[in-house]
Amino acid sequence: MSRRFRRKVMNVVALTLSGVATLIGLIFLGAILWTLFKNGLEGMKAPIFTASTPPPGSPGGLLNAIYGSAVMTLIGILIGAPIGMLAGTYLAEYGRAKRLSTVIRFVNDVLLSAPSIIIGLFIYEILVVTMGHFSAIAGAVALAVIALPVTVRTTEDMLNLVPQGMKDASTAMGAYHWRTITSVIYPAARSGLVTGLLLSIARISGETAPLLFTALNNQFWSSNLNAPMANLPVVIYQFAQSPYENWQQLAWAGALLITLTILFLSIVARFLLSALGPGSARK
Amino acid sequence: MATEIAAPAAATEPRHAAVQRRREKLFRSATFVAAILVLTLLGGVAVSLLVGAWPAFAQFKIGFLTQTVWNPVTEKFGALAAIYGTLISSAIAMLLAVPISFGIAVFLTELAPTWMRRPVGVAIELLAAVPSIIFGIWGLFVLAPLLQHTVQPWLIDGLGPLPVIGALFQGPPFGIGVFTAGVVLAVMVIPFISAVMRDVFETVPDVLKESGYGLGATTWEVIWKVVVPHSRAGMVGGIMLGLGRALGETMAVTFVIGNAHRISTSLLAPGTTISASIANEFTEAVGDLYTSSLVALGALLFFITFTVIAAARYMLLRLDRRAMSSV
Repeated sequence: MSRRFRRKVMNVVALTLSGVATLIGLIFLGAILWTLFKNGLEGMKAPIFTASTPPPGSPGGLLNAIYGSAVMTLIGILIGAPIGMLAGTYLAEYGRAKRLSTVIRFVNDVLLSAPSIIIGLFIYEILVVTMGHFSAIAGAVALAVIALPVTVRTTEDMLNLVPQGMKDASTAMGAYHWRTITSVIYPAARSGLVTGLLLSIARISGETAPLLFTALNNQFWSSNLNAPMANLPVVIYQFAQSPYENWQQLAWAGALLITLTILFLSIVARFLLSALGPGSARK
Repeated sequence: MATEIAAPAAATEPRHAAVQRRREKLFRSATFVAAILVLTLLGGVAVSLLVGAWPAFAQFKIGFLTQTVWNPVTEKFGALAAIYGTLISSAIAMLLAVPISFGIAVFLTELAPTWMRRPVGVAIELLAAVPSIIFGIWGLFVLAPLLQHTVQPWLIDGLGPLPVIGALFQGPPFGIGVFTAGVVLAVMVIPFISAVMRDVFETVPDVLKESGYGLGATTWEVIWKVVVPHSRAGMVGGIMLGLGRALGETMAVTFVIGNAHRISTSLLAPGTTISASIANEFTEAVGDLYTSSLVALGALLFFITFTVIAAARYMLLRLDRRAMSSV
């Protein structure tokens, strides 16, 4: 067998394997989506949007959990996103070349990949222990801590995409830096900033671990921010592990709901990004 | 810089300038405070975990790391079983995920026709957006039974009788266990590792690859001898980033690992991980020592993942940030 032939065979084998690897990845995505739709649509027959979580064996829906998830995600974003955007602005504008910024970027990247259950424990220690009880507000703060590094990162990336000439033009007209940032740079980076916002919403709306011991769960309807509040991820977690069939079905319905929301947000975000052109942040 | 340029204009309108300067100062400080907050957050996490874990560390000292006993009734706690489960499940995940991710990255950068790259790339990235709880219930209801009836009996029959390595594949096929957790983790980290590898591969200058082809190398030879050596640091960074995720992943693992505080030689037996123990037991923990021991587990996890992630980020830091932004 000639050396040339061996190299060719090696080439074909290796490249085929890489195709197979991609196929495996796609099959996993397909398998997960298929399972979700098959079981989730079954569960959707229940009055998902009109009734609260039921006791085992009785009919019910997920209204309180959907409400709780929406409220906590909203508050989490309202706390996390402005701080994240300001910090991202510092990194991209005021502190661009500073040593401190390199450290902050590094710490932010570490926070970005830190296990979310650690964030849950952290909020438990500083909020739940001091307040003396689990609460929706603790859950929202935990989500804010998770959303924060995502917004910092996307804000910095997006502001860096704004052409220097535009900033210079504003400065040349005598605008102070803050005026340039708020009136020129932010509007120019708007779709990028919206993308960052969407991605952080997508990131936190499926988080379970940080809510387990901050917001806990609540079987009943509650809009009290100072009390435990139901939320989709924890309901899915508890219901899926239960032996009751109607609970399991509701878990699947909730799982489908969350996944569709997140995939929708991610796809919209990607669509917005591709309008910004290549070289911009993908995630 | 802006301040100096604006100064002459401001002289004619002193009040206006004062207002502008005050706002400039205010906005600047606001961004600075927010940036510092990010910095203190990480320190705050470390300190609060250490404070919460202190009673457990003080009680058990080094034994917390070397004991496998985890008994809430007698209040004896050792983290070794959880540490072992965390390391082993992540090791299985990396063994499966690294070659597959490498294959995906190669396919997306060198092999796939241009029209196919973006949709396939996006599909793989969407897998990364799926929340971990979804992987958990999918693992519990779909993957675990599947493994139980197909792969696991095959592993037990095929590899079980072998010397040494056979010990890893003993006992009945439970379905849930350390092995299944490793497989679910692999599925979860594949998108992260392959996205980093793809981005790193894309930074290899075309000239280098073309020189390889010019010398008559096959596509595979160019990948293995030009692209891979050129992107080694980035690849290792991506792998460690994936490892960081696998080590800290909670919900997906909790569903499928079986939650048993013991060390079994067999990979197919139920076990537990640090994060799964916390998720499972924290709200039910009664007594300060029990709670503190779980927080101590969290502190351990924090320092393990912090080390891995920091090392990964350090390696990736040297590469162009723009190119690496997909993580």
